[in-house]
Amino acid sequence: MSDRQETKGMHALTIRLQDEMFALEATHVREILDPVPITRVPNAGDFVGGLINVRGSVVPLADLRVSFGMDRPPPDADTRIVVMEIDLDGEPLVAGILADKVYDVTDITAASIEEAPRVGMRWPAEFVRGIGRRDDDFVIIPDMNRIIRAEGDRNSSLAAHERTDR
Amino acid sequence: MSNLDPAEVFRQEAADLIETLEQALLDLEKRPDDSELVGLAFRALHTLKGSGAMFGFVAVSEFIHEFETAFDRVRKGEAAADRRLIAAALEARDHVARLIDDPDVDPARGEAILAALKVAVSGDAPVVLVAQLEPVAGVAAPAAVTGWHVRFRLPADALTLGTNPLLLLDELRGLGPCEVSAEIADVPPLDRIEPQQCYLTWDVTLRGDVPQEAVDDVFLFVRDDMELLIEPLSEEGTQAEPATPTEASAMPRAAAVRPEEVAAASSLTAASSAPAGRLPAEPAARSSAGKVERNATLRVPAERLDELMDRVGELVIAQARLSQLAETIHDPALVNVAEEIERLTSSLRDTTMGTRMVPIGSLFGRFRRLVHDLSEELGKSINFVTEGEDTELDKTVIEQLADPLVHLIRNSIDHGLEDAARRAESGKPAAGTLRLSASHRGAEVAITVSDDGAGLNGERIRRRAEEAGLIAPGQPVSEAELNRMIFQPGFSTASQVTALSGRGVGMDVVKRTIDGLRGSIDVETRPGKGTTMTLRLPLTLAIIDGLLVRVGEDRYTIPLAAVEECLELPTGVDGDARGRSFLNVRGELVPFLKLRQVFNTEGRPDPFQKVVVVASDTTRVGLVVDQIIGNNQTVIKQLSRLHSGLKTFSGATILGDGTVALILDVIHLVAFGQKLEERRRAETLGRAA
Repeated sequence: MSDRQETKGMHALTIRLQDEMFALEATHVREILDPVPITRVPNAGDFVGGLINVRGSVVPLADLRVSFGMDRPPPDADTRIVVMEIDLDGEPLVAGILADKVYDVTDITAASIEEAPRVGMRWPAEFVRGIGRRDDDFVIIPDMNRIIRAEGDRNSSLAAHERTDR
Repeated sequence: MSNLDPAEVFRQEAADLIETLEQALLDLEKRPDDSELVGLAFRALHTLKGSGAMFGFVAVSEFIHEFETAFDRVRKGEAAADRRLIAAALEARDHVARLIDDPDVDPARGEAILAALKVAVSGDAPVVLVAQLEPVAGVAAPAAVTGWHVRFRLPADALTLGTNPLLLLDELRGLGPCEVSAEIADVPPLDRIEPQQCYLTWDVTLRGDVPQEAVDDVFLFVRDDMELLIEPLSEEGTQAEPATPTEASAMPRAAAVRPEEVAAASSLTAASSAPAGRLPAEPAARSSAGKVERNATLRVPAERLDELMDRVGELVIAQARLSQLAETIHDPALVNVAEEIERLTSSLRDTTMGTRMVPIGSLFGRFRRLVHDLSEELGKSINFVTEGEDTELDKTVIEQLADPLVHLIRNSIDHGLEDAARRAESGKPAAGTLRLSASHRGAEVAITVSDDGAGLNGERIRRRAEEAGLIAPGQPVSEAELNRMIFQPGFSTASQVTALSGRGVGMDVVKRTIDGLRGSIDVETRPGKGTTMTLRLPLTLAIIDGLLVRVGEDRYTIPLAAVEECLELPTGVDGDARGRSFLNVRGELVPFLKLRQVFNTEGRPDPFQKVVVVASDTTRVGLVVDQIIGNNQTVIKQLSRLHSGLKTFSGATILGDGTVALILDVIHLVAFGQKLEERRRAETLGRAA
């Protein structure tokens, strides 16, 4: 996943975070929900500061805007939660991703995906798998695995697993 | 169940029997003269042999036959159950387990084991080979008996369960000439006869010089619930009493007696109640002697229980929604139904949980063999004590506990207990004591593994930790922290690894497993006196009773089993303002934590704060909340890996209105609160300085 040379095309769900367009792997998307009550998890940090109920299971809610250092306005009429299944070291992790707006599902061809430039980006480069192009817009393809690993570390046993497994 | 592989059924049954055998053998080592234990082991062997043959495990059956023959000498008192014999028998038991897995496994080894076993049973009496070839020798019989009077009655459902009384009678007849009669006093009138039930009592007079065991063995497989009386045939007169001796061929007809005859028989209560009344007393005496201790049990695939638990979990959540609806709608009829369903759900939940609870003794039993073997291997004599075997835990927890406990026990024996010489030097008894105990503590079960060995070597741990870069050289570290170092990954080191402990399972794996079960592990050690490892585990991983509270806008669930009482926070008791944060509860000082502070809750606290006093480990701590909402059944949902590091919460649950509430982990929460407090105190002190 974190392989940067991977330049296959992508079946993507495009969403908006602040004023940027992001592309999420559409095959990993389980469902898209209207905003639901969010339970705050004290001391968990802003990235995964909440839990939601998705059809009877408790699912962590991740806010990518935290990772990309964006403003976090309160939910409005366009806000959605994208429930995704992310493969993390072979174990599936179901998480909700907060989106300011969900656009549509589209194909991003391999040819139009470029590696993230080292300079000239406002966000941490390691969180960006590539930049795709759609019409005249840029689409950021986030590296979900890296983000979750980095941001999740503080609360999770992931770090401990890393240390002992490798 | 019907699609189960019969061989698999046998394997499951065999696993139980092998365990029974092992326990009996290990007990026998301590009490070599206990004939009941010998009988228990022998019966396990015999049943194994029988069902092995029945299910086509010929190799198993043949091997056990030899095993049994040898062991029979112990049963007859011709050989002593000494250590050598037990060791050989345990070897043989292992071989049986191997044979069940693979019938072709290592026949030469089987031979060797049997040979060792034969030597062991013939040990002190060298000229007994002849006796061995003749297992049915009359030696054990008390006196020259001319025969036996056998009276038996099968349980009512025996026929349904496939027992054929005719086969039992045939087997008796195989032992010698028999007179068989059936007693029909209990046969009900025709209109009340259940054709599948067995109403008859049989009287058999068996003539001939037959050992009692041979007669016993006939009933070996059916004995559990039946009424059975076996007495030596001495007075000829007593046996003639019931009617005329009937031929066996008359038996089936006996069930179809003419109604008037039956009526007459049942009206003769006075006559028939005397023998009938005497009969039940016998089996009762038998089972109270501890021979056969088995309750009616049912084997259910574990995943069905898991499925059932999931369904009950969903039901509990749906029920909470219903209750909430009923409250808002205010229809008395609906409220009634909702309450009824709440009651039913709650008891269904308890029952379901009950089916998943297993006494921890089932796990402890397995370790006796481990300790026995380690003791032999290392030449350390060990006194293994177990306590609280009947403490119950969820089966999932028990299953996952096995490996960590094995590791702790190995560690204790290998590194903790010293050898006899060293123990003598320090004035300790030669045999080391290893104690494994379980007990309930609040909502948790505590399991301790303690030894009276040398204790942890603080200096060596320190050296290791410095080498591994876990602490800086010379860095001041508290003793407790130092002891916890052994749970660091990669800490079990080359200098410690022996053939026993170097199996790739480090203490870090133990800790991780326990963490995964939402438990905790503590070490306590006193140099020269011993080490105690304490595991604390939640009773269950599925559903608990919870107390729902509100802190600011958020709701949390506190495990009810940890809650001791609820009070109102007296006005004026304010930890920050007066520099103390404890309450006076009926003369006892109870420190309290403000959850608003621990959870960084925004907004203004409610005017009348409530305190939930919880038992945390050994102390009582008050948790200050804004509102106590009430009891609820809490279906525990594990937190994802993203939150699994947050020890203050043991999980989350879904409330009646569909929102998620976090479940507080009281022990970790209190520890977290203390740390927070210390930090704050350090800050204020720093500011003051």
